[in-house]
Amino acid sequence: MDKSKETRTADYPAFFKKRFFTVIIFSITPMILVSGIILYQFKMSYHEKVHAHLAELVLKHKQNVDSFLAEKLGDIRVLARTFGFEELSDESFLRDRLETLQRGYGPVFVDLGVINSQGLQVAYAGPFKLGNVLYSTASWFENAMKNEYVISDVFLGLRGLPHFIVTVRDNWKGESWVIRATIDFVAFNNLVGNIRVGETGFAFILNREGELQTKPLFDVIPDKGPYLEFMKTKLKEKDDVQIVERRDEFGNKNIYVAAFLKGGDWLLVYQQRASDAFSDFRRALKIAFAIIILGGIAIVNMAYVFSTRMAGHVARMEKEKKMMDEQMIETGKLASVGELAAGIAHEINNPVAIMVEEAGWIEDLLEEEDFKEGENLDEFQRALKQIRTQGKRCKDITFKLLSFARKTDSRIQEVDINDMLEELVAISAQRAKYSNVTINSNFQNDLPFIRVSQSELQQVFLNLINNSLDAMEKTGGTIDIASKVEGDFIVVGVADTGPGIPKANLNRIFDPFFTTKQVGKGTGLGLSICYGIMKKLGGEIEVRSTMDVGTTFRVFIPLTEE
Amino acid sequence: MSKTDVDGTDRIKLLLVDDEIGYVNVLSNRMAKRNIDVTKSLSGTEGIQALRKQEFDVAILDLKMEDMNGIEVLKIFKKMDPDLPVIMLTGHGSEQAAKEGIECGAFDYLMKPCELEDLIEKIREAVRSGR
Repeated sequence: MDKSKETRTADYPAFFKKRFFTVIIFSITPMILVSGIILYQFKMSYHEKVHAHLAELVLKHKQNVDSFLAEKLGDIRVLARTFGFEELSDESFLRDRLETLQRGYGPVFVDLGVINSQGLQVAYAGPFKLGNVLYSTASWFENAMKNEYVISDVFLGLRGLPHFIVTVRDNWKGESWVIRATIDFVAFNNLVGNIRVGETGFAFILNREGELQTKPLFDVIPDKGPYLEFMKTKLKEKDDVQIVERRDEFGNKNIYVAAFLKGGDWLLVYQQRASDAFSDFRRALKIAFAIIILGGIAIVNMAYVFSTRMAGHVARMEKEKKMMDEQMIETGKLASVGELAAGIAHEINNPVAIMVEEAGWIEDLLEEEDFKEGENLDEFQRALKQIRTQGKRCKDITFKLLSFARKTDSRIQEVDINDMLEELVAISAQRAKYSNVTINSNFQNDLPFIRVSQSELQQVFLNLINNSLDAMEKTGGTIDIASKVEGDFIVVGVADTGPGIPKANLNRIFDPFFTTKQVGKGTGLGLSICYGIMKKLGGEIEVRSTMDVGTTFRVFIPLTEE
Repeated sequence: MSKTDVDGTDRIKLLLVDDEIGYVNVLSNRMAKRNIDVTKSLSGTEGIQALRKQEFDVAILDLKMEDMNGIEVLKIFKKMDPDLPVIMLTGHGSEQAAKEGIECGAFDYLMKPCELEDLIEKIREAVRSGR
């Protein structure tokens, strides 16, 4: 019994582990594979979507800035062509023109100036005092004299403020002259500075030398990062946009989107932290991971429950099998014990018969005259009678043993329950006497015969009687055995006046291997075998017990249908 | 214990076939005292030889012997002397064999060990019926 428990606990974890991990591997692997593939696909398409969106944003603003610049240049060109050097070198006329422009476009144009071929500013309209300034050495002027029109980079100039200018060159009386307009830096800056996406997305403009042309929202170090690389690339289409993702010097991954402006002189750069740009994707990723982890936990739990159940089931099956084995061994044992007993009983019968007859022979001889006078004749006769009595007792014992042993087979036969019970009472009588137990029988007469295996039914009642005797071994008491017909059953009650069964044990007593007897004394199989036999017969066995009053077993044997 | 004589003056001639020598001896002693002459045979073969030599009023045959099965001996007896009443002695649990014996013509059977009085009663019955 203990051994079986050991083997069970030894087999159990290995079996459990195997099921557990198999279920986990076969459930989690496809889940991870499928979600991995889906997430990868989703990541790729989301990246593409974000890139396309940013490229469009940058392209749109590049076009905005380009058209802004072209517009302003156009305005100044119209001014130069319409009025000419003579009219425009009149400062009050020039001031009127500035006002007209400012009325039309807002404070985009800060000032206007007209410069002759020697670089002298002959007229100026604007907030600064820049009349008659000589620009002949200024680099922008040289540039302006060489080209028909120029949009300069941002510079500080004489006024000491960042600004840039638009110049248009024209001829008057064979001399070149230049009209110059300063573009409001704030207005221009807003064109680019207003590009704001997410929390970290911003834009700025760099010139070919890598100098900032607008004031970026966040610090930008033009020498670092991919800006100079953008400068070097030659774009095939003027509307091409370049996109790069890389880590900056702080280790943050950024997206850089760049497009050339002003015919390639300037570079519009948009940059944003990747984590910010892909925040939606990251959120989706987090949810996906949460779902995968929850799914994983669910799978592990399910695998655990499933494996525990399986292992429990297998353990139970094993237990049942073991029980059946034990039962078979027990039955076999009983049968072989029966055979052995029968053999011995047979062998003993002959010597007993001889002993009894020899005693009879001495009695015969004592009848003769010679012995009649013997003073011990009475004593002789008493002793001989005793030998006869005890010989008869031996005969009875062997008869009972033989009749019991003869029936240790499971053949179905017609059985008279009362006869069988009487036989069992007789067998148990000796033991009952030693334990000071009285066995009372109260049988209903004329019980119908039933077709069962006598030896199996015997086993049931012998077990019950033996258990009762065990329970009252020290205290003594009574066992009442009663039989009667109740409905479709013959009901046999075996009631003792023993100590009773504790309530906690009462619903376990039919469990295999459950025993309260000392180790080695009880197999814990007796009642479980009884239960099995009664179930097989289509009957029932039930128990009622009150502590310190006694225990009653009731066995329901189905009547055989005629 | 009173002496139980068989009625009539003739002594009964009995053939006792049993391989248990102690049993055969004590039984023949006790029966001799009760007007029964016992011829002892310790095996089936001996019994057959004895029957060949002499006629008997009745035979007692043990069912379980070493050399021959009691039933076989009974069949031979019945061939040799169909009128001879035969009482079978059996152990407990061999009623089946005893019943088979009755089918083969045995007078009756008794279970061993049995009371001498019962056995003698049975013998008298057999003799009365047989002769």
